[in-house]
Amino acid sequence: MTDTAAAHNLAPLREGYKYGFVSDIESESAPPGLNDDTIRFISAKKQEPQWLLDWRLQAFHQWQKMDSPHWAKLRIAPIDYQAATYYSAPKRQNTPKSLDEVDPELLKTYEKLGIPLNERAALAGVAVDAVFDSVSVATTFKKTLGELGIIFCSFGEAVREHPDLVRKYLGSVVPQGDNFFAALNSAVFSDGSFAYIPAGVRCPMELSTYFRINAAKSGQFERTLLVADKGAYVSYLEGCTAPQRDENQLHAAVVELVALEGAEIKYSTVQNWYPGDAEGKGGIYNFVTKRGACRGARAKISWTQVETGSAITWKYPSCILEGDDSVGEFYSVAITNNFQQADTGTKMIHLGRNTRSTIISKGISAGKGQNTYRGLVRIQPKAANARNYTQCDSLLIGDKCGAHTVPYIAARNPTARVEHEATTSKISDEQMFYCQQRGLSKEDALSLIVNGFCKEVLKELPMEFAVEAQKLLAVSLEGSVG
Amino acid sequence: MLEIKNLHARISEGREILKGVDLTVKPGEVHAIMGPNGSGKSTLAGVLSGKPGYEVTEGQVLFQGRDLLAMAADERARDGVFLAFQYPVEIPGVNNMYFLRAALNAVRKQRGESDMDAGQFLKAVRAKLKLLEIGEDLLQRGVNVGFSGGEKKRNEIFQMAMLEPKLAILDETDSGLDIDALQMVSRGINALRGPKRAIVMITHYQRLLNYVVPDRVHVLSGGRIAKSGGKELALELEQTGYGAYGDAA
Repeated sequence: MTDTAAAHNLAPLREGYKYGFVSDIESESAPPGLNDDTIRFISAKKQEPQWLLDWRLQAFHQWQKMDSPHWAKLRIAPIDYQAATYYSAPKRQNTPKSLDEVDPELLKTYEKLGIPLNERAALAGVAVDAVFDSVSVATTFKKTLGELGIIFCSFGEAVREHPDLVRKYLGSVVPQGDNFFAALNSAVFSDGSFAYIPAGVRCPMELSTYFRINAAKSGQFERTLLVADKGAYVSYLEGCTAPQRDENQLHAAVVELVALEGAEIKYSTVQNWYPGDAEGKGGIYNFVTKRGACRGARAKISWTQVETGSAITWKYPSCILEGDDSVGEFYSVAITNNFQQADTGTKMIHLGRNTRSTIISKGISAGKGQNTYRGLVRIQPKAANARNYTQCDSLLIGDKCGAHTVPYIAARNPTARVEHEATTSKISDEQMFYCQQRGLSKEDALSLIVNGFCKEVLKELPMEFAVEAQKLLAVSLEGSVG
Repeated sequence: MLEIKNLHARISEGREILKGVDLTVKPGEVHAIMGPNGSGKSTLAGVLSGKPGYEVTEGQVLFQGRDLLAMAADERARDGVFLAFQYPVEIPGVNNMYFLRAALNAVRKQRGESDMDAGQFLKAVRAKLKLLEIGEDLLQRGVNVGFSGGEKKRNEIFQMAMLEPKLAILDETDSGLDIDALQMVSRGINALRGPKRAIVMITHYQRLLNYVVPDRVHVLSGGRIAKSGGKELALELEQTGYGAYGDAA
């Protein structure tokens, strides 16, 4: 596509928007391929300002010079980036019209997970407006948040309504050229979420619980930016325990968190995308860059993740502890079953004095799954009295899976104290038999033991999420004991 | 209640350990099975409860007229077969109380009873705790994690008291207990004696039988019941040892 073509496409779209035109937009997507014009097309479609287009192009030009990372312990089939489509308006033609048309297996899983009835349809991809009335709920919440000065909206809306904030923080934690996938995301990101909590405000609700369904369609190149101003607090929930309909194979999201002086951000994720079938066919490639910066004294960022889905997970939610006395935490459960692969962990970069970080990682491998914890703890010269505690536990189910721990520790200040503990264990036949002898079925026994293993992480999740996550662990491991 | 006929069993791919055990236990009865190390006592407990790693090569076991060996371990448990473990297993991170409630509800479901709510459950728990002189703090710890030997054994009897099995098999529950703990455990077992329940106690020593007086005592030796008798047989064994019964270890 040429520049003229992009410009040509732009005009009708603007008009369409003005008149609330919706129907034709559904069929419009960029032709496959990735070049400057694709980027211009996306930016134009989203009616972005020039600075953002320039920003995207800059990212794209950096990406062109980069190679896909190869250091992770992952087997990844080559990805043809030129064959993909980078902009596609939501398709409605193939979506089921009611729950009766949805795969009964999927519905069974929802039931096991205890997903409320009214949400099941939306998750299964049934046309949302036909079944879902969360809009009014969302509006009510938005009003409450608005009164506190909290901004919480889609990324696109933030670019239009709060350009100064977006411009100030976008790319400030994860620069465009940070890594291959972050650069790709920066060039072609579709949409995502933006939140700003003003100084001294404690956000009164878990952000995104109410809109988790609506947010499900954010696409494969999602971008999230959260800013907690001085002394603010926010707990953000990403994702959903229910498996979602998704036709995209490659997901490359970027999440940036900024916590100013005394602010606290708690970010919880449950990732349950399609892992591929029992033979290892299909499944999502989840290549995510997540990073938070504690920009002021006593700031705190806490990541909690439960990763059960995706064929391949490549993800290292990290903390840059710039402010003195700032705190970084990473709590993770990653499950790989069948042919799933996960290479996940965190980076804790200690820059300020008296900075502290905690890493608790629980890896569970079953089937032929491969699970790697990869983590970096770096104490820079000025980070006097920095502390880190790392605990990596691996649990193996069966004898065809693998667990690997790759901790990197770089302490450049003699006052640093870094502790690392790692264990690997198998679910023993004795444990299984003990549970079964008390009347629990094989599946319940496994679920109980696994949940016990993950307890330290699960207790970090907000209550409602934790209950679903527990059930999810059980569902993810179904069929993994003979 | 329990009918064992000519039971032969071996460790999977290994040597034969049980070589034709015959035993009948009626409701309301307490049987003690004694014998030297290696005589097959724990194998018998394992085979009856469905522990993996054993292979039955011959014979039959009927539990309430049903073929016990055809049932999976968890099915047997829900049907009322309880094994008090010689070495109770630790399950880190799983709250003892939560575990017990999950087990109890699984068993209750099989009996056609509804789940116990938290209030009812707590009430039942407190009554049994008192009997066994177990502190409530034990409930909040991980299953058997960091328990002393005595606490583990008491926890087994506590679980048994809560689950109210039809057939309880106690595998060396008395081993490693001091005299106070032995008395408490015995009180727990005696409280469970009843006309509808059978108890099989596997033990090395006679001392448990001072507190829980059995109806029948059997000597297991060389994979067979070598001798059966009343409670006086245990006293006799205490005097003579197992030497008279062949291949004692």
